Amino acid sequence: MGILVDSGTKVICQGLTGATATRLSERAIAYGTKMVGGVVPGKGGTSHLHLPVFETVAEAVDATRPDASAVFVPPAHAADAMIEAIKAEIPLIVCVSERVPVLDMVRVKRALEGSKSRLIGANSQGVITPDACKIGVMPERPHTKGRVGIVSRSATLNYEAVDQTTNVHLGQSTSVGIGGDPVYGMDFIDCLELFFADDATEGIILIGEIGGTAEEETAEFLKREKSPKPVVAYVAGLNAPTDRRMGHAGTVDVFGEGSAAAKIEALKSAGAIIVPDASAMGTTMRRALGGR
Amino acid sequence: MNLHEYQAKELLKQYGVAVPPGAVASTPDEAAAAAKELGGDSFVVKAQVHAGGRGRAGGVKMAATPKDVAEAAAKMLGTRLVTTQTGAEGKEVRRVYVEKACDVAKEIYLATLVDRSLGRVAFLASAEGGADIEEAAARTPDKILKLAVDPETGLEDAGGRKLATDLGLTGLQADAARSIMIAVYKAFVENDASLIEINPIAVTAKGDLVALDVKMIVDDNALHRHPEWEKLWDEAEVDPDEIEARRFELNYVPMDGDIGVMVTGAGLALGILDLIKDRGGNAADFMDVRPVATREQVAAGIKMLLANPKVKAVLVVAIGGGVLRCDTIAEGIALARKEAGGHVPMIVRAAGTAKELGELALRNQGVDVIFADDLADAADKAVAAAKGKA
Repeated sequence: MGILVDSGTKVICQGLTGATATRLSERAIAYGTKMVGGVVPGKGGTSHLHLPVFETVAEAVDATRPDASAVFVPPAHAADAMIEAIKAEIPLIVCVSERVPVLDMVRVKRALEGSKSRLIGANSQGVITPDACKIGVMPERPHTKGRVGIVSRSATLNYEAVDQTTNVHLGQSTSVGIGGDPVYGMDFIDCLELFFADDATEGIILIGEIGGTAEEETAEFLKREKSPKPVVAYVAGLNAPTDRRMGHAGTVDVFGEGSAAAKIEALKSAGAIIVPDASAMGTTMRRALGGR
Repeated sequence: MNLHEYQAKELLKQYGVAVPPGAVASTPDEAAAAAKELGGDSFVVKAQVHAGGRGRAGGVKMAATPKDVAEAAAKMLGTRLVTTQTGAEGKEVRRVYVEKACDVAKEIYLATLVDRSLGRVAFLASAEGGADIEEAAARTPDKILKLAVDPETGLEDAGGRKLATDLGLTGLQADAARSIMIAVYKAFVENDASLIEINPIAVTAKGDLVALDVKMIVDDNALHRHPEWEKLWDEAEVDPDEIEARRFELNYVPMDGDIGVMVTGAGLALGILDLIKDRGGNAADFMDVRPVATREQVAAGIKMLLANPKVKAVLVVAIGGGVLRCDTIAEGIALARKEAGGHVPMIVRAAGTAKELGELALRNQGVDVIFADDLADAADKAVAAAKGKA
């Protein structure tokens, strides 16, 4: 099973004909992702990678009924692409674009309110359910079908969690990168709710980092909801260089929030099992799942 | 990108926010001339550096005559101002801003920023603004008022009115506060700001509202739609290594240790700094390679690490992804080794896309590196190498 994507998920790619999008789509297809089309303004009616290319997302939706869209467009146009996908009611939108202006993401976030779409990203490596569906830029190889759900702000720490859970023979149900930007789509809590309800997921690895208050809010959620499955948490940045910020209020961090130590304490008090360092995510989960 | 106070004030003035009359000067003579031009018998001389906490560090001085202004400017210009936000090395003062002083009856704090949790632009405000705002916020966080703005409707009249009332303002002053909020919100959105902090807004004896100090940061990611930023960019305010790193698609922050670190990803880089510390070592930097980096850019980054005389070992952690592959990193390492020479031990942990290709390339070219099997092994080997036990 897993969450968000499975072997039946039909995927279109916005920006399909770009060089990176082409390479990533080829790899996704080779992995088994069910790609059904692309959207490239000005290239509607052509075909690329043996897939039909449409002028607009709405046309692609009419013709292919996709479950998800991979947004692989340059940052200057990424927000408009996401909003177009939201308006076309695509259930899952995955945006890997880096460096999308934050006020553009504020617009996207507003468009998501009350919509029928979920958004992963931007600045996310994407989502993968091993041996079923991959949407994103992550290397396929270390993934193995299995028991652990992973949700991370960082792509590379996510990779480590995948590699380590594979090495201890647990494998992954689904791995989600929620992205490293200040304003983004699905958060830890959205993913935890899905993982709680997913039969294939026996334990969850949550990977946070300094900045913002997402980890603290997740801790509040865990206190309220009482996870039915072990939640193993790692937070990076205990020894991060002190930020040479200029203003007092550059982030809400001024008011005593956002440090790794505070996040770890909050998650710990909410019942999460804290991973001592980035090399021990797999072994910690192995122990947490013990005799199961 | 940070703006100078005088740049931020100039910008806000265009949006209708009242600021004291002032002029920028880079010599004492220019400062005196500016004061003469401004007229009056009370001036403020303010060091223009990208850091807060200037007041307590001697970067803001009152002066009564143009001669006093020149003296105050002479004491600041060319010195390094050390504030709580600059680090021990401080920042060189290359310009001062000379302003007409303004009598202050009350100080209000008003910041506009992107609230990460809400995903919206929000105002933070306090009726007790001024230099102690951080302490005040920590002591009584509920005295910080917050107003989030719906991007579709913009700042609504009712919201602005309520915030002004909550700040204890009435009548014309409340209207003035609301006008400032509307102007600042417009400036924020049109200029892709990530922070506009006015601390304080002075309520003068006459009852006018004037922005006495402004800090403004704009979102680098929006550079493509702001060609005018070219003129605002002050390269001298940024660490030269960071500027160089930026050219090579690297995020670089120097630190104090002896292990040079390069990682393909910010999150893992943070994790590795922690891991190195756990194992008894100290990182010399935080360096994150962006996925779009080429082998030449990777090489340039490694050469920057090797050029640091404190560095006794270099650790490269490369997770090959769908864009940046391990073989590209390996070619960068080989290039840097060849061009920089030297015998600083280099530990490499490669994983993901093209891991084998990368390792093979390094072996075939006889590049002197130590391979690590996993993260823990990589950190252990780097710490040992820095201690001379490679």
